[in-house]
Amino acid sequence: MLLAQGAGVGSPAVNLGFFLVFVSITLVIVFRASRSSSTASDYYAAGSSFTGVQNGVAISGDYLSAAAFLGVTGLIAVYGFDGFLYAILAMLAWLVPLLLVAELLRNTGRFTMGDVLSFRMRQRPVRAAAAMSTIVVSFMYLVAQMAGAGALVALLLNVTSDAGQSLVITTAGGLMIMYVLIGGMRGTTWVQIIKGGLLMTTVVLMSAWVLGAYGLNLSALAGAAADNHPAGQGLLEPGLQYGENTITKIDFLSLAIAGVLGPAGLPHILMRFYTVPTGAEARKSVVGAIWLIGIFFLCSLVLGLGATALVGADRILSAPGTANSAVPLLAFELGGTVVLAIVAAVAFATILAVVAGVTMAAAASFAHDFYGNVLKRGASGTNEVRVARITVVVIGLFGILGGIGAKDQNVAILVVLAFAVAASANLPTLLYSLFWRRFTTLGALCSIYGGLGSCVLLITFSPVVSGAETAIFPSVDFAYFPLTNPGIVSVPLSFLLGFVGSFVGHERSDRRKFAEMEVRALTGTTVARPAQHVPARVPVP
Amino acid sequence: MNTEPAATADPWVTAQRSPEFVQLRRTMRGFAFPMTAFFLIWYFLYVVLAAFAPEFMSIRVAGNINIGLVIGLLQFVTTFTITTIYVSYANRNLDPAGARIRDRLEGGAP
Repeated sequence: MLLAQGAGVGSPAVNLGFFLVFVSITLVIVFRASRSSSTASDYYAAGSSFTGVQNGVAISGDYLSAAAFLGVTGLIAVYGFDGFLYAILAMLAWLVPLLLVAELLRNTGRFTMGDVLSFRMRQRPVRAAAAMSTIVVSFMYLVAQMAGAGALVALLLNVTSDAGQSLVITTAGGLMIMYVLIGGMRGTTWVQIIKGGLLMTTVVLMSAWVLGAYGLNLSALAGAAADNHPAGQGLLEPGLQYGENTITKIDFLSLAIAGVLGPAGLPHILMRFYTVPTGAEARKSVVGAIWLIGIFFLCSLVLGLGATALVGADRILSAPGTANSAVPLLAFELGGTVVLAIVAAVAFATILAVVAGVTMAAAASFAHDFYGNVLKRGASGTNEVRVARITVVVIGLFGILGGIGAKDQNVAILVVLAFAVAASANLPTLLYSLFWRRFTTLGALCSIYGGLGSCVLLITFSPVVSGAETAIFPSVDFAYFPLTNPGIVSVPLSFLLGFVGSFVGHERSDRRKFAEMEVRALTGTTVARPAQHVPARVPVP
Repeated sequence: MNTEPAATADPWVTAQRSPEFVQLRRTMRGFAFPMTAFFLIWYFLYVVLAAFAPEFMSIRVAGNINIGLVIGLLQFVTTFTITTIYVSYANRNLDPAGARIRDRLEGGAP
């Protein structure tokens, strides 16, 4: 009902039309991708056949979720400068994979994050831990995106009934299952490339439009935005969102720690590096991704300020999706029904591409790390792929149910948790594995489970779950931890646990495996033949 | 898979201890570690300034553009710059050395 005067501008039929075009094109491509043979390497890593540039676009398509497209831009529209801090964080975090992770990971692993974490450790416990953390992170991310799909249709397709939203979430989940089941990593990558291209084009053109309206003058645009916001010039200054007191300021610091280390620990992002053939191509992927993601977030500043300048903060906040409706409202203001429809279709495409990537990572980790190396050691590749496909369906169904269940909840907590676990359980373990000679199995288990456990525990006792008006259980109060983001505690804790765990116990790190890992990582060597003076090669059993 | 008997003369261990590889590792870490430290300090300086020195960040430089916005845009500039420098550094210093070691190992020559 609010939609008529709020964001429900435009025509649902036209919105749906553009989206159906995207779905049909991607489905054709996914079916064509499925024709190539289905070995484990094909299914998990697209046969490592993509180029760095293609993968760079795919990474941007995988990383820039609806939370970036609608969420961050909306935060800039409403909180101005404080929203811009988010945008910078989400862009700059990509230097971690560029400088420390991507190439080394590509050269030492084959399909999953667990490949690298377990490389020189005792396989079973470390793979099980890696699979656990991968599945927790991916599932949180998946449910958040699915629930977001429900909110998005309320905003864009005028679907406000419970049953209608659930139907849309189910359809999105069903489509995603088809992409991943049929197309594997190759199909998923193409979906992300197409979506990444669409998203970038849309955002750049809209930004040019907005800037053009202000004579290409950022200062004029910022001034117009400030004039149209209750805080006035305060919009352009720090403090609207985090400035309240010291706790809120430290909370942002905590978020920044998780945000800067999180992306390099997200399993679905790490898995993307296996779709290219070499470490050098992995580097090119990140470089491409950094340029695209950087340009995207520069545009988000223009679009956020543009939304406030042209639509006004009051109208954005009274629309059904509040801050999330900033971009759709701006699109309608700029170009009416057609531009809104394009934005709506891109937003849906975004959700589909992201959930496909996340599901792919979770299924690969379950099948390859847990089934293939813990449950049934030495299972054949075909067997693993069969298990991966079943897992896709199971995770997809749980994602749909989770999405329906959580659609009226504040799903931001799930994204916070996913990034916090990625930053505290995955990244420290990954960095220790790649760079620290004395890291041991016990150390790896300590940093994975310690990071995972402390995140879950701290979130449970945070104001997100209880004790605040916006909490999941507002009527009770067991919020003993004052911050909404655990990163400032859980990240250092996990580093510490990994360090301590490697020193207690009598285990010594495997020097031969570390030598192999390090040489592979830095040189891309796949097989080392003994030098000539060594008598005979050890026969392969 | 290599098994135990070859462990003393394991080609991976030999390669890892070779002066060429030690140099490659130094070249890689010598760039990546300080650069990581630099961009982390630069960003957290920005966050801390925004949180605890908002008056400074609100000083206007030109029109409606204040210091906070300028440093924010500079974060983009440094990110793009670090990326570009790293690519040329890796192309010049890391890839050729890595390829030499790889060819030697995969070819089996001493």
